Amino acid sequence: MQDSIVNPIQVKVWRGNAGGGKFADFDVPPQPAQTVLDVVTWIQRNADASLSYRFACRVGMCGSCAMMVNGIPRWTCRTHVNKVLHDNRLTLEPLRNLPVIKDLACDMSGFFEKWKRAEGQFAGSASRHQPVATISPRESQRSAANAAIECINCAICYAACDVVAWNRGYLGPAALNRAWSLQNDVRDSRHSERLQAVASDGGCVQCHSQQGCTAHCPNELNPTASIAGLKRMASVDFMKKKYRQRYG
Amino acid sequence: MKAHRRQPLYLAFLLHRVSGLGLALFLPFHFYVLGLALNGEAALDRALDWTTGPLFKLAESGLVLLLAVHLFGGLRLLALENLPWSDRQKNYAAIAVAASFFCACGFLLRAF
Amino acid sequence: MVELRLYLAQRISAAIMAPLVLLHIGVMIYAIQGGLSADEILGRTRGSLLWGGVYGIFVLAVAVHAAIGLRNILREWWSLRGLLLNTLSWVCAAGLLVMGLRAVAAVVGSA
Repeated sequence: MQDSIVNPIQVKVWRGNAGGGKFADFDVPPQPAQTVLDVVTWIQRNADASLSYRFACRVGMCGSCAMMVNGIPRWTCRTHVNKVLHDNRLTLEPLRNLPVIKDLACDMSGFFEKWKRAEGQFAGSASRHQPVATISPRESQRSAANAAIECINCAICYAACDVVAWNRGYLGPAALNRAWSLQNDVRDSRHSERLQAVASDGGCVQCHSQQGCTAHCPNELNPTASIAGLKRMASVDFMKKKYRQRYG
Repeated sequence: MKAHRRQPLYLAFLLHRVSGLGLALFLPFHFYVLGLALNGEAALDRALDWTTGPLFKLAESGLVLLLAVHLFGGLRLLALENLPWSDRQKNYAAIAVAASFFCACGFLLRAF
Repeated sequence: MVELRLYLAQRISAAIMAPLVLLHIGVMIYAIQGGLSADEILGRTRGSLLWGGVYGIFVLAVAVHAAIGLRNILREWWSLRGLLLNTLSWVCAAGLLVMGLRAVAAVVGSA
C-alpha cells in the first residue's frame, strides 16, 4: 500500500513508552481538507494498527487530540495539514512536559494533580434553598472570570511552557488560569485558601511572562494575563498582612 | 531554536535574561576598576587608558545597550505585572528594544 | 512563601533602580565625551554625600536584584536546588554588595 502512494506526505511518528522510543517513518496519501488527525488515523488503520493515539470529539471541543506537530503543541483535529507541512514532511510527538504512556498518548495525571494543588475547583457556599446568585456579566470581576473560563484542560499551554519544563514544581498556566477565574467568582468561598495555594513556591510568581501559553492556546485564552492578575492579588495580600502585623 | 519558542515574546524574555546575566557578570569587573581609586588617581587612570581604543568604545556601547535593554524590558515587565492587561504586548517589546538602541547610539556617537 | 518574598524583593529593587539606571545612562553619555579620566570622574564624586548616597542605594538594590535573577538562572537552566542553590545566591549577593560598596567608598572617600 505504501509504494503506490502518489506524492505522499512523509510523516515521522514518535513510537515508544516511558522507557524511551524513536521515530518511525510513514508515507501517507494526501487528501483534500486533510487534518493531522486524519493523517494519524490513516496510519493506524492502514499502516500500523499498533499505533496509540487519542481523540474523541474530532471537532475542536474536547482537547483530547493534543500533541506536538512539527514541534508546536496543537489539536490535531483542527490542524490542516496544508497549513503545517514543511517540504511535504510532518513530525508528530506526544505532548511535551508530560510523561509518555505509549506512542502519542501521554499521562495527564500530573497535569490534573497540579490543577488540584492550585485549588482549581469551585467551592460553593450556598445551597439549593437559597436564591440563585444574581451577577451581571458586565461586572468587572465576572468579566475577568469569563475571559478565562473556556479552558478545556487540553494541556497545550502546559506543553508550550518552558517554566514547566525547567521547574518541576511549577503549577503551570492552565491550573493558574483556572485559579484566577475562580478568584474572580464572587460565589466561591475559598478565595483565601486558593490565594495561599497559588502564591506558594511553584505558584504564579515563577512565571516569566514568555507568553507561549497565550500564543498557542487554541481557545485564544490568555493565561499570562491571568497569572499577572494572581501576582497582583498575592502581592497586595502579602503587603496587607505585613502592614497588619506591624501596625495591628 | 525549538519551534514552540519562535515567537516574539519568548525572544523578549531571552533578551531580558541574557542582558541581565551579561550585566551581572560585568559588574564585579566594573566594581574592581572603580575600586582602584583606593590606590590613588594614577591607578584608576592607568585602567581608564584602556578605554581610549575604538574596540573598547564599541564594547562600552554594547554594555550601555545591555543595560538599556534590561531597563526598558524590565519596565515592560513591571507594566505587564502591575497595570491592567494590554493586548499590545508585542508593541511594547518592540518599543523597549527601540528605546535601548536609541540610548546606545547616543552613547556610541558621543564616545567617538 | 520564600518565592513570593524573592519575587517582591526583585520587583521592588527593580522599581528603585529604574530611575537610577536612567540617571546612570545619562551620566555615562555625558561623561564619555572627550574620553574618561580619573580626574573628571573623581572630581565629581570625591567628598559628595549625594553621589555616595545615590550610588550606595544603587549598589544595595543591584546586589538584591542580580542575586535573585542569577538564582532563577541557576535553578532553571542548571537545575540547582536546595542548599547549593541558596548558598551560591547568597554568595553572589554578598560579593556584589561588598565589591560595590567598596567601589562607592573608593570614588567618594577623600584621597
